[in-house]
Amino acid sequence: MIDKDLIADKKSLKNKLMNSEKLAGFVFISPWLFGFLAFMIAPMLLTLYYSFTSYNIVGNPIFIGLQNYTDIFNDPKFYTALKVTFTYVFFSVPLRLAFALVLAVIFNQAQKLTDFYRAVYYIPSILGGSVAVAVLWRQMFGYYGAVNTILMSLNLLERPISWIHTPDTALWTLILMAVWQFGSPMIIFLAGLRQIPDSLYESASIDGANWSQKFFKITIPLLTPVIFFNVIMQIIRLFMAFTRVYIITQGGPIDRTLVYVLYLFRKAFRHTELGYASALAWILLIIMAVITFIIFRSSKYWVFYQSEEGE
Amino acid sequence: MNKEKLYPIIYHLIIISVGFIMIYPLLWMVAGSFKTLDTALDPSLIPNKLNFENYVQGWQGFGDLTFATFFKNSFIIATVSTIGQIFLSALAAYGFTRLEFPGRKILFGIMIATLLLPRTILRIPQYILFNEIGWIDSFKPIILPRFFPRPFFVFMIVQFLRGISKELDRAAMVDGCTRYGVFFRVLLPTLKPALITSAIFSFYWAWNDFMTPLLYIQSTELYPVSLALQLFSDPNSVTNWGAMFAMGTLSILPVFIIFLFFQRYIVEGVSTSGLKQ
Repeated sequence: MIDKDLIADKKSLKNKLMNSEKLAGFVFISPWLFGFLAFMIAPMLLTLYYSFTSYNIVGNPIFIGLQNYTDIFNDPKFYTALKVTFTYVFFSVPLRLAFALVLAVIFNQAQKLTDFYRAVYYIPSILGGSVAVAVLWRQMFGYYGAVNTILMSLNLLERPISWIHTPDTALWTLILMAVWQFGSPMIIFLAGLRQIPDSLYESASIDGANWSQKFFKITIPLLTPVIFFNVIMQIIRLFMAFTRVYIITQGGPIDRTLVYVLYLFRKAFRHTELGYASALAWILLIIMAVITFIIFRSSKYWVFYQSEEGE
Repeated sequence: MNKEKLYPIIYHLIIISVGFIMIYPLLWMVAGSFKTLDTALDPSLIPNKLNFENYVQGWQGFGDLTFATFFKNSFIIATVSTIGQIFLSALAAYGFTRLEFPGRKILFGIMIATLLLPRTILRIPQYILFNEIGWIDSFKPIILPRFFPRPFFVFMIVQFLRGISKELDRAAMVDGCTRYGVFFRVLLPTLKPALITSAIFSFYWAWNDFMTPLLYIQSTELYPVSLALQLFSDPNSVTNWGAMFAMGTLSILPVFIIFLFFQRYIVEGVSTSGLKQ
């Protein structure tokens, strides 16, 4: 008898557990929660801890207080890396977004073949993250590359130069590559443009608005939420540039393309100054947080949400 | 000719010429993979003769390792991490959209915030950890962190789930399904489009990843394609451009094929990431 009760109890417990919504909720999100704690929160806190230590992977981390941070603020390479990264982002993001927006507007027209064209313009972005394309870029802008041959045949260049090895042009080859890959924001702009009701343009036409009035008075304002999203995502993405720089210029010549993450990588994994690199990582995190915060705060002055406007 | 007829012609002309400049570098690489060595860096897009010598040479790889090994490695890394990633992301998305539990809103908010977190800053402790437990020079440190739900995919599937009526869940529960049954039997099949989109991106990112294998892989026999391509350009030896272009072309072929066949899913995925926040 007791056994039977126990079994019944167990069964009802099992049913209870199977039917508990709270438990199911935690069960379903638990892989995310684990990944979040183990591969995000813990590493972030550990990085913070290491940033106060001197640690070269052999032996134990030695606590040195704020030494890494004061060293960084006296490190000319840190300022070089910041300057290079900001220059790269400052030119790449607006240019990339401008191309993305213009082409999205063009592809938003009802013309033949737009789906095909859109695909063609998107291909550099979809393939662009690969090592193959980075290596290709290095060849094209190298001394024997196709760029020199073409420019010389057009009489735009007298003698060949290695664009990736010339201090004044190296960073620009990287910026050009970043601008070339405007596909993702273009697709996002296109999706945004398709949500703008045609009736707005029609009534504007009836009121006699011309092309540029429609663009600046309807398209741009209604697209600001999408512009806002693209600006944030592109700044973060380009700030993190690593692979292409590592392959194309290796940070050279004379550190003219030493982007921040490349410097961090070298300090951490080439010089194994893990404490120093951890401090660099936290400074990077703070910089990104400040930039994101500023853009978010500024958004109320220039981003229009339709629901607020439509009242 | 009147204005209405002229406009489309100008439109197509401009779009085609700019588009040609856009994809010229890629065409140049593909053309270069068929050219003979002395003309490989020529700007022309038409190979002097169609020769496959570069592919044969390139495929031979380095030492006794052919590109078959590198492709196999890339496939293992990309496939295993994608399967784990997508399945676990779908679980999380279901939990966040359909189930009520304490802290759900806060946790979801935190997850969305981590969309903006630059992952680079997590590298150092991860490296120290994997070094400590002796996982260096294996696929484990590359695959494991990719296994856990990425906020981007959870968010994408959440958006899709929000479009599916909750009546579907209720009906299944009335029929005696548990919440687990609802997920596996009812929702998982209907989620297919979102899962395909996520799988494409997950595969694509894992395939292209360079920094992670660069950190963790030391033996050449474990190199994925992205690392192996780097070996062609040893600064101390003369680079065989033709072979490098050939293997470069092959390395982007899987991504290109996926793009051709699943363009709609990719475009939808990119679009949802930017809208309906």
